[in-house]
Amino acid sequence: MMGLHRRTFLAAGAALSALTASWPTFGQTPATVVLTNVSYDPTRELYRAVNDAFAGEWRRSTGQKATIRTSHGGSGRQARSVIDGLEADVVTLALAGDIDAIARESRRLPENWQSRLPKNSCPYTSTIVFVVRKGNPKGIKEWSDLARPGVSVVTPNPKTSGGARWNYLAAWADELERTKGDQAAARKLVEAIFRNVPVLDSGARGSTTTFAQRAVGDVLISWENEAFLALQEFGADKFDIVVPSLSILAEPPVAVVDAVVDKRGTRKAAEAYLNFLYSAPGQKIIARNFYRPFKSEDADPADLARFPKIKLVTIDQVFGGWKKAQAEHFADGAIFDQIYKPSGKASR
Amino acid sequence: MTVSKVTGQRFTFVRPSALPGFGITLGFATTYLSLIVLLPLVVLVWRASALGLDGIWKVATTPRVMAALEVSFMTSALAALLNAFFGTLVAWVLVRYDFPGRRLLDAAVDLPFALPTAVAGIALAALYAPNGWIGALFAPWGIKIAFTPLGIFIALVFIGLPFVVRTVQPVLQDFEREVEEASATLGATRLQTVFRVVLPALVPALVTGVALAFARAVGEYGSVIFIAGNIPFVSEIAPLLIVTRLEEFDYAGASAIAVVMLTISFVALLIINSVQALSRRRYEGA
Repeated sequence: MMGLHRRTFLAAGAALSALTASWPTFGQTPATVVLTNVSYDPTRELYRAVNDAFAGEWRRSTGQKATIRTSHGGSGRQARSVIDGLEADVVTLALAGDIDAIARESRRLPENWQSRLPKNSCPYTSTIVFVVRKGNPKGIKEWSDLARPGVSVVTPNPKTSGGARWNYLAAWADELERTKGDQAAARKLVEAIFRNVPVLDSGARGSTTTFAQRAVGDVLISWENEAFLALQEFGADKFDIVVPSLSILAEPPVAVVDAVVDKRGTRKAAEAYLNFLYSAPGQKIIARNFYRPFKSEDADPADLARFPKIKLVTIDQVFGGWKKAQAEHFADGAIFDQIYKPSGKASR
Repeated sequence: MTVSKVTGQRFTFVRPSALPGFGITLGFATTYLSLIVLLPLVVLVWRASALGLDGIWKVATTPRVMAALEVSFMTSALAALLNAFFGTLVAWVLVRYDFPGRRLLDAAVDLPFALPTAVAGIALAALYAPNGWIGALFAPWGIKIAFTPLGIFIALVFIGLPFVVRTVQPVLQDFEREVEEASATLGATRLQTVFRVVLPALVPALVTGVALAFARAVGEYGSVIFIAGNIPFVSEIAPLLIVTRLEEFDYAGASAIAVVMLTISFVALLIINSVQALSRRRYEGA
């Protein structure tokens, strides 16, 4: 319902701005360019900062005013909105699988979209860490601790949340590393962790609220950036961040939606917007907002110092890429669905 | 109408009205209903029909879907029944007693209609979470309300209450006090008056209210997801499963679950309606 409202609002806003933008100027460049960025859940603060900086940059180089509207939600849900017709000039989602789905289902961008920008179209990366109650009363250090009986774990639902899929895969990868590649053991660990989950929210922000404000759970599996933000927002005296010895390199990609920018005539601005993320000022903003920049020399050293050293594995190394991971783990009836059994024992 | 029945007069309305315009209003009503109600349902069935009848059956009978349907229909039925009792009580108090703040209370009954369901869900979750005002009272006893089926039940009671109150209230208002007094002068005890005189007159309206509350509860999504916990096989409601399917780009599967829900609801409402017709006939015959 909220999604619908946001969509109609965005659509109406975009239509209105397109009208006002094209009206006063004839034949020249319109005075305002409006971009819609459809993003995932925890990027609200990042893109607020990026949008301001980009608008300034764009005005300096073209003299044109740039207005960027961003929409946030669970990554899978956002992808579906775009497939269903939400006019996104750019999508900045939690994982390549969701942009793949847009390419596959709506054909609004080519299947090879990920090769069009540097670093597999990922201007920033992040990873998955734990947030625990102050003093870490349950002594949680590693992924295997989440599977212990009596530990209550909060994570969103991997079916709807991109972050939750990274959470799941990080746990799986850690157990593989520990057992030297025992897939059955990895599956058992992930099953045990999800049996400890009392609430499955649909997106990362929902889980953060459940953990921080509703006081549910001993540990929140969270995006690194979201964990820092939660500490900043709710007070460092309430929570601690625990960094496991191994985690996954989460690569949230960005892409221009060709069919939309060509129809609206916004390709130049949309491409500049994404390229701005790769520029020195863009990388600096990224690090400031707790995302890991790919070019650390552009970022503020003080910001970089906040990132803990973790051994990070990639989805390509361990799972053979998103398409394979999606089919094996998250598709209808795949391993994640099999975790929940009709016995009703799954929750206790 | 009820009044005429109570006093035992017969009033039948079999012949078409003397007023003109039957044809045009019938035409308008059918077109309107088709556009607003039937057309979306046709689209839904058409979407689901991509799977075929066995496909729909297969989706409906997976353990996960069965469990979600059970959660949805059980909690909705229980919430409607609780509302039947307390809704009638609220209506009774509002109609029969005058006290300071009555109008305010009367207006407050409609709030669950007006409140965006997501807001209701967040408020209820905050209240009934282990650290919320009410949840904290139960937490020491090991009773969890929010994020369990009990939380779903509470949300559904909340959204269903106005339906019962608003259907029972007018009937109660029209119900003449003299009938109760007559019952008393004829030697009936107070309980006999309530159960044999007042309640039978309320039953048709009450059944309608309960049916409406039930139907609304089955389809409720916004408020429930915030308080349910959404754990498969425990606290996952069928509408959430539909939304999850949509997010997996499985439109046919989502429509299939929707069609199954619709069928069950339709049958349930049909049964409720016939119960109502039966009780009305019995009451009128008495």
